[in-house]
Amino acid sequence: MLSYLFRRLLATIPVMLLVAVFVFMLLRLTPGDPAAIIAGDYASDAQIAEIRGKLGLDKPLAVQFMVWIGNMFQGDFGESFFYKKQVGELIAARLEPTLSLSLLTIFLTVCIAVPMGTLAAYRQGSWLDRGIMGFSVLGFSLPVFVIGYMLIYLFSIELGWLPVQGYQRIGDGLWGWLSRLILPSLALSVVFVAFIARMTRTSVLEVLGEDYIRTARAKGQTETRVLMRHALRNAAVPIVTVIGLSFAILIGGVVVTESVFNLPGLGLLTVEAVLARDFPTIQAVILLFSFIYVLINLAIDVSYTLLDPRIRY
Amino acid sequence: MSTASISPGRQTLWRMMRNPSVIIGGALVLAVVLMGLLAPLLGARDPADISPKDRNKAPGYETTVRDSSGQKVPVVYRLGSDTLGRDVYSRIIYGARISLIVGVSVAAISIVIGMAIGVLAGYVRWLDGIIMRVMDGLMAIPAILLAIAVVSLFSAGLTSVIIAIVVPEVPRVVRLVRSIVLSIREEPYVEAAITAGTRTPVLLVRHILPNTIAPLIVQGTFIVASAIIVEAILSFLGIGIPPEIPTWGNIMAEGRSVFQLYPHNIFYPGLVLALTVLAVNMLGDGLRDTLDPRFAKRL
Repeated sequence: MLSYLFRRLLATIPVMLLVAVFVFMLLRLTPGDPAAIIAGDYASDAQIAEIRGKLGLDKPLAVQFMVWIGNMFQGDFGESFFYKKQVGELIAARLEPTLSLSLLTIFLTVCIAVPMGTLAAYRQGSWLDRGIMGFSVLGFSLPVFVIGYMLIYLFSIELGWLPVQGYQRIGDGLWGWLSRLILPSLALSVVFVAFIARMTRTSVLEVLGEDYIRTARAKGQTETRVLMRHALRNAAVPIVTVIGLSFAILIGGVVVTESVFNLPGLGLLTVEAVLARDFPTIQAVILLFSFIYVLINLAIDVSYTLLDPRIRY
Repeated sequence: MSTASISPGRQTLWRMMRNPSVIIGGALVLAVVLMGLLAPLLGARDPADISPKDRNKAPGYETTVRDSSGQKVPVVYRLGSDTLGRDVYSRIIYGARISLIVGVSVAAISIVIGMAIGVLAGYVRWLDGIIMRVMDGLMAIPAILLAIAVVSLFSAGLTSVIIAIVVPEVPRVVRLVRSIVLSIREEPYVEAAITAGTRTPVLLVRHILPNTIAPLIVQGTFIVASAIIVEAILSFLGIGIPPEIPTWGNIMAEGRSVFQLYPHNIFYPGLVLALTVLAVNMLGDGLRDTLDPRFAKRL
């Protein structure tokens, strides 16, 4: 197990290195001189030359890349062109809203989607099943910003139950924090609920046809117990896989949701950085998100052994 | 009617035409296509026409404008106006064009590129490892972030948005094509063709590529749906298509600042966007069930 974990960790290195190469090449692929882009439209030639020297742009590409990677390992992500601050500090300051939003979204999704999918499978072919599947197709097609604005309109403007936009740190009061996150995480979770409910249904359906389910029923166990202990547990591996895969959509959704609800997180930082052409920040955020994505998928692979003792490495 | 007498291709077509998802989704998609094509005939005015006195009007607002001969002509803002007094109805109708252009061209380009790379990876053994590692690397970057990154390189515009959405889609097509090529090349009829001395290009075109058509049509449909969403997202965030061009994302971006007072600028384009994506996804689901039953079973 430990050697498997180690091997998997090693295997992520080439992938991450490739991501790093892509992200590094981003700035180099821009038409024109990166130093001139960084300096802005009104810079003098001397300023441009100074920036070129400071960034090491006069050195060969491979050397530049090694320096860039080396700096990042020491926690130096460079300085933001736009905010004139260390990118590392910028990211640290924006971490809390994004983490809160993501975790709450995943929590909501699992709480809604897994029972929904299980129920749909249990009552296969019924109106309930069709309704849930219909919702799943719909949920997949509703863009998160449309849902977001619909929720704001209904709950914040018409009913006045929740704040419209903005963020409050968790340290400043639990309700203030939660009340501003309910709508964003609800909006963001719709697409995952659609996705995961569908997968849960397929997976549970497959398991419900197995002999051990019949045995469990023949033993006289309650239906709840059959579903929870026997069906759902055995159906867990594909469900967890899909949850892992949907992290990529989650990260994309975070960018949009934070813009709609004005949450000052990493997603909003990404958009601001692109609008300001702040390449060090763009690079760092993309690298960070990709790194998290790769690690989460690794964690999911490893979790299979916990969910299903038959899987051994 | 006996189905034994008609060819398998006809049978598939027959099944497809009777699949409810294909019918409903297809009809809705057709409606959006017609909406884009026939925009001037649907009572849409110039979507860029600014009218400062008619800003932020509610749906159904009526006024008069002077035409070129000085005559007063009545004008209705069916779905209200935006912050510059432009007609939201006309902008939504014309917006269909951009969404469709982006959706279809992203699907076509990523399939062509993905197919070429996928065949190469599946057929040239020594290239396989390298290509697939590069694709893994690309896929490790969340799609929207990759699109945002690519968009940040170019100046805003239709072409750069299309390129930005194509880049994250290509690895997915490559994987699909490669896996099909890998499984087909082990088939006895392919081995027989190789033994018979069929040259590689002929082998590819005649025996291998036809097998990728059905899955690629299905995949292509889903790419259209996701490209339409991503374009709307990029435009909505203000980093996609320039704001003066009417796209659904741009109309919503325009409506953001006054959303609390005038929600219609977000709701109507949002509704049309959601319906369009729903239609394309339904069409894709139906096509998958009828064209590619093996895949349908897996999901």
